[in-house]
Amino acid sequence: MADLIAQYGPVWGFWLGVGQILAIMVMLLLTLAFILLFDRKVWAAVQMRKGPNVVGPFGLFQSFADFIKFVVKEIVIPAGANKTVFILAPLLTFTLAFAAWAVVPIAPGWVISDINVGILYLFAISSLGVYGIIMGGWASNSKYPFLGSLRSAAQMVSYEVSIGFVIITVLLLVGSLNLTTIVDNQKAGVWAWHAFAWPTVFIMFPMFVIFFISALAETNRPPFDLPEAESELVAGYQVEYSSTPYLLFMIGEYLNIVLMCAMISILFLGGWHLPWGPVEQPFLGFLVLYAKIWLVFFMFAMVKAIVPRYRYDQLMRLGWKIFLPTTLVAVAVLAGYVAYNGRPVIGG
Amino acid sequence: MSAFLTDYLPILVFLGIAAAMGIGFMLLPWLVAPKDPDKEKVSAYECGFNAFEDARMKFDIRFYLVSILFIIFDLEIAFLFPYALALDDVGIFGYWSLMTFLGVLTVGLVYEWRKGALEWE
Repeated sequence: MADLIAQYGPVWGFWLGVGQILAIMVMLLLTLAFILLFDRKVWAAVQMRKGPNVVGPFGLFQSFADFIKFVVKEIVIPAGANKTVFILAPLLTFTLAFAAWAVVPIAPGWVISDINVGILYLFAISSLGVYGIIMGGWASNSKYPFLGSLRSAAQMVSYEVSIGFVIITVLLLVGSLNLTTIVDNQKAGVWAWHAFAWPTVFIMFPMFVIFFISALAETNRPPFDLPEAESELVAGYQVEYSSTPYLLFMIGEYLNIVLMCAMISILFLGGWHLPWGPVEQPFLGFLVLYAKIWLVFFMFAMVKAIVPRYRYDQLMRLGWKIFLPTTLVAVAVLAGYVAYNGRPVIGG
Repeated sequence: MSAFLTDYLPILVFLGIAAAMGIGFMLLPWLVAPKDPDKEKVSAYECGFNAFEDARMKFDIRFYLVSILFIIFDLEIAFLFPYALALDDVGIFGYWSLMTFLGVLTVGLVYEWRKGALEWE
């Protein structure tokens, strides 16, 4: 938007910027509609079922039918609930999930706000995401949501620590918090992607795996969906929600999942650059990044379909006793390598 | 408006539009959906029973421990961010200062571990 204001003056530049923002939001919602269907289709295919196949060809319009169903349902607010907080919680989750996308570059030069602390902003916004869940669980004044939100908050903060350390390892290689700079650091091809670049691959590939697993835990995806463990807690913090407040929670959750897929693509898998070389045209770059996001999401969906759910003590053990020490040592070793040898020239 | 603020203006606008869209979604059912709450419908869900007691009950101390640990390590990460950027300027001396800092925190982690703060049975 800053460049638009510089080019077209404050009024027209501002409204063009608003148009850009709306375009991104509509694109995100459409992506979400189809990625939800894709999730269900993959799950069904693994279990030898057909999945949604009634609404539209191959069930393509299933998510839109679901949306209409959500809208025509009654909003039930429990009598014991704290009404303001109860309504505010899904709104907060939804708004924050969208706000994170303001700094994500979706193609070369296509970014709403190219701030120089992009990663730090994303880290801050994803930390705030816990509030929506805590508020929702507490305000419901019901036992399942309360327990579910406690578990969810503890789980999210535990894995945020390892996500933070993994992000630091990438920053050690790049030396910038700007997401576009991080992507362009990997433009030489697949051997320059942070997950595979020589000679840091011995540290960065395990970091990539840890980031992937932590992203699953951070977004409460199976096999770490303990807050919603339906056999124990029914649906966790969402139990008392119905109609569009529930829909807002769900959109927020899936937006965070897609954001994590985008983060994995940008930090480790070269962003919009092709495996055999750099991409300069915005539209092609957008398609490449979009394809990578879908590929990473396919991995998310496969994990959901084939890995059994973790127990809560196993989850905490994995986060605090395995991932935290591993990432801590990785940061120390990589920082030592960079301090003594200088930042590696990736792909050179 | 300074260039710095123009960089952050879109984020504010983005937040505003997202919040407006959320409120819009919330208002839609007020327009088209039925509204007939009854006593059973608005009672707290507890597998069909009437709710036994207030849901805001005592909970496990370990949730506190986890959040305290989280604050320590999140701060540590906040210190690492500037270090990762200024690495070229601070050099070897900076690296060993950072290692001392990480070492102190690691001693804390080991202590917590040995005390059993990380155990969930």
